[in-house]
This record gives sequence, structure tokens and C-alpha cells, in this order.
Amino acid sequence: MKKTDIAIIGGGPAGLSAAISAASLGAKIVLIDDGLELGGQLIKQTHKFFGSEKQFAGIRGIEIARNMIEELKGLENVEIFKKATVTGYYEDNVITVVRGAKEDILEKIKAVRIIVAAGASENMLPFENNDLPGVYGAGAVQTLMNLYGVVPGKSILMIGAGNIGLIVSYQLLQAGIHVEAIVEALPRIGGYLVHASKIRRLGVPIYTTHTIKQVYGTEHIEKAVICEIDKNFKFIDGTEKELDVDTICLAVGLSPLSDLLWHAGCKMKYISELGGYVALRDDNLKTTKDNIYIAGDVAGIEEASSAMLEGNIAGLNAAVSLGCSCKDFQQQNNKLKSELSELRANPLSEKVKEGINKVLIKGKRG
Amino acid sequence: MMLERTGVPTEENLEKIYPDKKRLTQGPVVIIECFQKIPCDPCAISCKFGAIKPFKDINDLPQVDFNKCTGCGVCISACPGLAIFVLDENYSENESLIKLPYEMLPLPQKEEKVCALDRNGHTLCRVKVVRFQKIKNKTNVVSIVVPKKLSGKIRSIKVEDKNDER
Repeated sequence: MKKTDIAIIGGGPAGLSAAISAASLGAKIVLIDDGLELGGQLIKQTHKFFGSEKQFAGIRGIEIARNMIEELKGLENVEIFKKATVTGYYEDNVITVVRGAKEDILEKIKAVRIIVAAGASENMLPFENNDLPGVYGAGAVQTLMNLYGVVPGKSILMIGAGNIGLIVSYQLLQAGIHVEAIVEALPRIGGYLVHASKIRRLGVPIYTTHTIKQVYGTEHIEKAVICEIDKNFKFIDGTEKELDVDTICLAVGLSPLSDLLWHAGCKMKYISELGGYVALRDDNLKTTKDNIYIAGDVAGIEEASSAMLEGNIAGLNAAVSLGCSCKDFQQQNNKLKSELSELRANPLSEKVKEGINKVLIKGKRG
Repeated sequence: MMLERTGVPTEENLEKIYPDKKRLTQGPVVIIECFQKIPCDPCAISCKFGAIKPFKDINDLPQVDFNKCTGCGVCISACPGLAIFVLDENYSENESLIKLPYEMLPLPQKEEKVCALDRNGHTLCRVKVVRFQKIKNKTNVVSIVVPKKLSGKIRSIKVEDKNDER
């Protein structure tokens, strides 16, 4: 059985940052990711990131991933498993990993610390005929378009005006695909307004307090019906509009991928502000299990910039808890935490902060 | 209709960020259409003249000292939100020059006529591209000459794709 200091599950922004932080202190790392390439959602992000210039602001997500992967390659104490899925956690701190081109290798890894940075899965939306070919999640559209150069359709209806819905709409326009409209069930645009404005300038209407009612077609989607909704999210009769689209892109939120944390027996709580069930944690991202840390969307749905800071915090703390020496640990840890609170010091992050407060374990822990 | 509902800034939004009439007549100046507190500071850091004041908090809205702004346009491609423009009302008697960010294809050629769009994406007229700056970070900067009366409305362009068969 393979033995390591820290197993990091998930090679997205949080997992990569955690690996860099922990490995630079000398901890032996195994980084496990189920994708063909490391980087998680970052490798599909062609837009420039917000955040602080000190960090990654102004750099496109795809370049951030490239830089972090490059940095990891220089570290000898990091072993990377790509196209590998962690399938279980056992009490003696063993995780099982399925990997190999045919998925026929089952490997056991014993890790003294585990950082779960598994990310999130996309939410589905119930509507009539939503099983017709042409209904995609926004993540799938990004994978097709930005990783494989495949056009998902000719005319798109985007559902959801959060940052993902807005950004993917913009990417579709950049790929030369027609975006018919964006609908948003809430009365306000949830994503950054600068993203919304730049899409509007290119002629895409955004309908707030609207949702999709049904799609129809024989072999695939030929038309979609959108409808205004009232305060209770009920359709308002007579407000239906029929749109000529062949593709529906769903960007209606994400849910933390917390299965392994359940499996490991971490204390979990349903926090709607964070997108679903998340593990209780202290401010160093340690869960109720002393050997398990969390970072990124699995700890609560947020932006990649905060996921990277959480990864740094979890990586630093996990490594130091193993006895890795870090001269200015307190100073570094406090600096990361204050950068994270700076990122969250805006009205859009209020909900996330409320959510985190509900699962934060306060006070000194052993 | 509010900006939060439509994505289109209102007259009221724009009044708050526009330079005064006097400054507009003095040559190129920045217009930053950023109305929401989000954690983002590259504009202030990119400005070499201190015209975009340094942020106290990363979530601050940009504050501009229009008298220090030279209209150089470095901030246009620095802004992750593509929310920055430069306006020169002195270009000629009846025309203004607008510099705007552009991340689409095809790239416009110098002297090419393109569609000029307003904040709703409606085509207002056809205008001439007088300069195209290819920027390393891929947010390119296009300079267009527009009728003076439309300088407050035009904020985007559409370039005809000559190879487009869709």
C-alpha cells in the first residue's frame, strides 16, 4: 500500500493551491484528480479573474491553472494521479482510488492527512421535456467548447444569470454562437454586473423573474418556452414567450460534492447559503475529524479566487500539523486569512459569510 | 428599469461616474462603468498617473481624478470586467473618438467600417476603426470615430465576418 503524508482529493484551484502550499513545506503529497488534466474548472475559464492584483486578478483562469501546474512539476515530493477517482474512505486513514485507462486498477493509499477539495456538481432543473437532447449543464458546454473545440449548438438559451451563466454566455458569443437570451428566476442578476453589461452590449437580453417552462422538438430541441414567474416562483399565465433555440444551457447553481466527507464521518450540516451539505470546520479548514481538511467549493460554493486561498490555508495547516517546519507559520496563516476576508468584504459575499458562520467551529482546538 | 435587472446602466448610474462637461472638452478621458462593489483592483494598479486612486479596500469602486487622467487607455485592457472606455470629445468638430475593449473575432482592420452598438446591443450606425491595438493579455483595444451626439451611447462594436457562412 502506498503511504504519503497528505492525500489531496481534487486537482482544481483549491487542490492545486493546497498541494503547492503543503509541498513547499516538505510534506509528501499525493494529488488525485478524476480529470484528464489537472486544473478542474480553471482550465475552461477564458476570462480574466477578479480579485486582488497581489493574487491573480487580471489573469485568465486557464493561465492560472497553467502556472500552478508548472509550479507543482518543480516539486519532487508531489505525486500526481490523473484520471483517478477516490471511491472510499476507511477508518484507518486509507482511501481507495480507481484508476488506469480501463479503470481496472484499484489502489489503496494511506495518508496521515487528507484534504478534500472535490469541488461541486451542477444542479438540474425540472421542466417539461428536459430529457431531450440539447439540454446541457454549463460545465459540459464549457468542456465541449473550451477544452475540445466542439460547438454545443447553434442557438442557445441560458438559464441562470449568476456568474457562471453570464461567463459561459460570453464564451459562447466569443465562439461565434448565437445566444438568444438569458433567463433568471430571481428579480436581480446574481453575477457581477460588469459581466452582465458586457453581454448586453453584444445584444443578448437578460430576463429576470423568468424561467424556462418547457422545450419541445422531435429528435432534439427545436423550441423553448420561457415564462415570467411571481414571487412564489409560480408561472404567470399569458406571459409565455416562444424562442427558436436548439440548446438549453443550465447554470442554476452548484452543490458541494461532499460524499467522501459523509463517508469519513465528518459532522455535516445543510447550509443553503453554501449550496447544500457541508462539513463543519474551524478557521484553518479542519473538519471535526482531526486528519481531514476541506477547501474550495466542497466547503461551500464560492469563487475560484477564494477556493485558492482556502487551499493555501488547508495545505499550510495540514503540513504544519504533521510537524513540517514553517518559521513564520502564524504570520503566513494570518495573512492568508485576512486576504480571504478582504475578498469576502463585499455585499455579494454576505450570504457566504452567514453560511460559513453557521458551520464554523470557534475557539482553540488541539 | 434598474441595472440589477437588465445589465444596462441607467442615466442615473452614468451621471455618478461621468466627468464634468469642462473636462470632456479638454481631450481624452476615462469613463469607468463599474457600479458594483466586487473584489477587484487591477484598474487602480494599472494607472501610472494616479488618476484612478489607489484602493483602501479591494472592494472599493474606482474613484477617478479626471484632471490627472491623460486618456492613455492602459486601464481599458487591465479591467477584468471590460467596463472601461476612453472618450475624446475633441477629435473633430462633429466627431468623437471612443477607445473600447474587444475580445471577439474577427479582429477589425484599420479603416474598416463596423457596426456601432449601444449598451443594449442595438446597432446605432456604422463607424470607422481608426486604430487597433493588439494587447498581450488578449483584451484588445479598438479606437472608433463616432458622431459626437452618439458618444455617450456607443459602447461596443460588431465586426462583419467575411468568412461567415452560418
